Amino acid sequence: MARKLRLVHYVNQFFGGFGGEEEADLPPRLEEGARGPGRLLETLAPDVEVWVTVVCGDNYAAQQPERAAEEICAALAAREKSRGERPDLLLAGPAFGAGRYGLACGAVCRGVRERLGIPALAGMHPDNPGADAHRREVVVVGTAADVMGMRDALEAMLRAGRKLLQGEALDPQRDGTLPQGRRRNVEAEKTGAERAVAMLLAKLRGEPFVTEYRLPVFDRVAPAPPLDDPASATIALVTSGGIVPRGNPDRIEAASASKFAAYSLQGLDGLTAQTHQTAHGGYDPTFANADPNRVLPVDEMRVLERAGRIGRLHERYYVTVGNGTSVEQARRFGREIAARLVADGVQAVILTST
Amino acid sequence: MAFELGHVGVERLELGRRTELVASTLQVEADALRAHLSHEVEGIRSLQVHVARPGESTRIACVKDVIEPRLKMRGGRIGEGRTHALANVAVVSCGQIVGFQEGLIDMSGPGAAHTPFSRLSLLVLEVDAAPELDAHRRERVVREAGLAAAAFLGRVGAGVEPDRIERVAPEETACGGDLPRVVYVAMLLSQGLLHDNWVEGRNAREGLPRSVNPAFLLDGGVVSGNCVSACDKNTTWHHQNDAVVRALLARHGSELDFEGVVLTNAPTRLAEKEASAHAAAALVSELGAHGAVLAKEGFGNPDADLMLLIRGLEGAGIRAVALTDEFAGADGASQSLADATPEADALVSVGNANARVVLPPVQRTLGPMESVPRLAGAFAESLRPDGGVEVELQTLLGSTNQIGFERLTCREV
Repeated sequence: MARKLRLVHYVNQFFGGFGGEEEADLPPRLEEGARGPGRLLETLAPDVEVWVTVVCGDNYAAQQPERAAEEICAALAAREKSRGERPDLLLAGPAFGAGRYGLACGAVCRGVRERLGIPALAGMHPDNPGADAHRREVVVVGTAADVMGMRDALEAMLRAGRKLLQGEALDPQRDGTLPQGRRRNVEAEKTGAERAVAMLLAKLRGEPFVTEYRLPVFDRVAPAPPLDDPASATIALVTSGGIVPRGNPDRIEAASASKFAAYSLQGLDGLTAQTHQTAHGGYDPTFANADPNRVLPVDEMRVLERAGRIGRLHERYYVTVGNGTSVEQARRFGREIAARLVADGVQAVILTST
Repeated sequence: MAFELGHVGVERLELGRRTELVASTLQVEADALRAHLSHEVEGIRSLQVHVARPGESTRIACVKDVIEPRLKMRGGRIGEGRTHALANVAVVSCGQIVGFQEGLIDMSGPGAAHTPFSRLSLLVLEVDAAPELDAHRRERVVREAGLAAAAFLGRVGAGVEPDRIERVAPEETACGGDLPRVVYVAMLLSQGLLHDNWVEGRNAREGLPRSVNPAFLLDGGVVSGNCVSACDKNTTWHHQNDAVVRALLARHGSELDFEGVVLTNAPTRLAEKEASAHAAAALVSELGAHGAVLAKEGFGNPDADLMLLIRGLEGAGIRAVALTDEFAGADGASQSLADATPEADALVSVGNANARVVLPPVQRTLGPMESVPRLAGAFAESLRPDGGVEVELQTLLGSTNQIGFERLTCREV
């Protein structure tokens, strides 16, 4: 007979049978076998064994989640060693609408997965603050707001947990998990054109409809104040227009760039078709290749430099390709490039795009 | 005036000794086609003709355009009279890349699911333009070869009774006063520098927006001339078979009153964008629309045109639904569009073009495969040692088409 699925079950002091609010400062402890909801879990699924129950007070876990997670991981690692067994999965909660409990479930799942490599998921109501705080990093199964939903919650958590172990992709619509902010391609029943017409008819009739993409609220970046004295400033060129030395030595992608690069401008009075080209795949490269200064105006910067209008052109320029490049990636490029420019004593940047 | 599109069924496409359609088999004489094209199109150095069929282990690289072969039978004007189309067949033009935005077509395997062209029998033209020509002229040679070949093939539809006649005459249907009036806003990329489309032979940068009959699109009034990432490039074939037009015609007279199409452009400068969006919204309003479906081409820059249009329409009390693809990063965790407006509350997503696919090795490749790593959506290691290809959906022709041909969508998980 196949061995049972070894579960670690995380509960708070109340569900662990230690008491109510007066025991909320209880430090983490391991209890043999199933307690509270864990017993129901074993009844619902005879092939599952609660290998150990982890109990921790709500205040203890919510006020110092890092420390609680660390202590729990240490205790579990010690138990693994002494028993010579490794648990398969950690289930946390369900915490329903209880905020501190939800936050603790999220933190414990994250810690155990990252430190011990044990797959973990939590159950809580979608409005639980723990869901908001952890659902991007931790698999959270949505549950009812209170303990009346215990049985459904445990079943859904176990179902999702089994899929997690199989390496199957979890789907909010099918598995009741909370969306983790990642866009995934799926097949619809109808074509985009048919869905658009149906959505318009619903909108016109005042019937409910669900947009397939909810637009984010965009950042607004306030322009920096002008330079006090450009004539003494070191100014750098940074471009998303893909101007690279000929041959594209760092092989920056034509779209969806995964990197940026920095190249020297020392000794260059301007760029030429012999020295530089574009790697950008979002525009006709003919004119940029014929005269790369059109995108990265090194020639004009040298004119300004010689005329004393700017202090000097920074000796390195930074380049990436802004074509289908994700905003998260671009944010990272921006942070890293800015840090290097600041370290090099650059006071201002001219950004060119295409 | 009514327009009839006669669909002449072709079950098999093959190269042969004559160019003719016999018992649903379309035979093409490659030498005659080559001779015709060298006569019609200046600047061809060499040209190869291949046939690719659904289900074959074939990969076509660096495709510029796909065109359905057609012949105008009656009525001189676009969208009037009768046109015969060879169904299930298309001409594919491919050749040396100029930009980075040509696409891939796989005829079988996982890639085939992401392009409508794997379902058609394709006459593939591998065109090599004269090397002394400049890049833009070379691009033009390949494009024109495709269009001329489609016209050449279209002639076989002359004496044939179509298997099915699609009659397009929404104005003849009496619509009850209760039905909502709907207009289709078709956005044509018109940024210049290989991002242009052609309307009745004129560059879409000029003369738009304008309102046209739905038959105008189905009768080839718009020809693709642009390079944008292959996933959301609207090829000439997409315009000839516009899926939004067909979806609206299907419900015309029963659930809605299809009032017409507003063709508009997507220029580069902000002032032009604002002017175009304003004029297009005014045209939709003049047509008495209650609602509009918007389809765009390309991504990033045209997202701004789309948002301006939606804001203008909703501001005029016209409910708007728009189709868009997403560029949410390979992991799907990034924001998907380059612009946003609160009025855009009804979007149809046709998929995340940054998602990666691995395409297994195939028995036959057509077109310049060595250029694949340079295509938009590809990367340095896109050609795998086993002969397969790893790219983003972005590189597959029509994979996230925003006229809504495909069933792909995207949701948050």
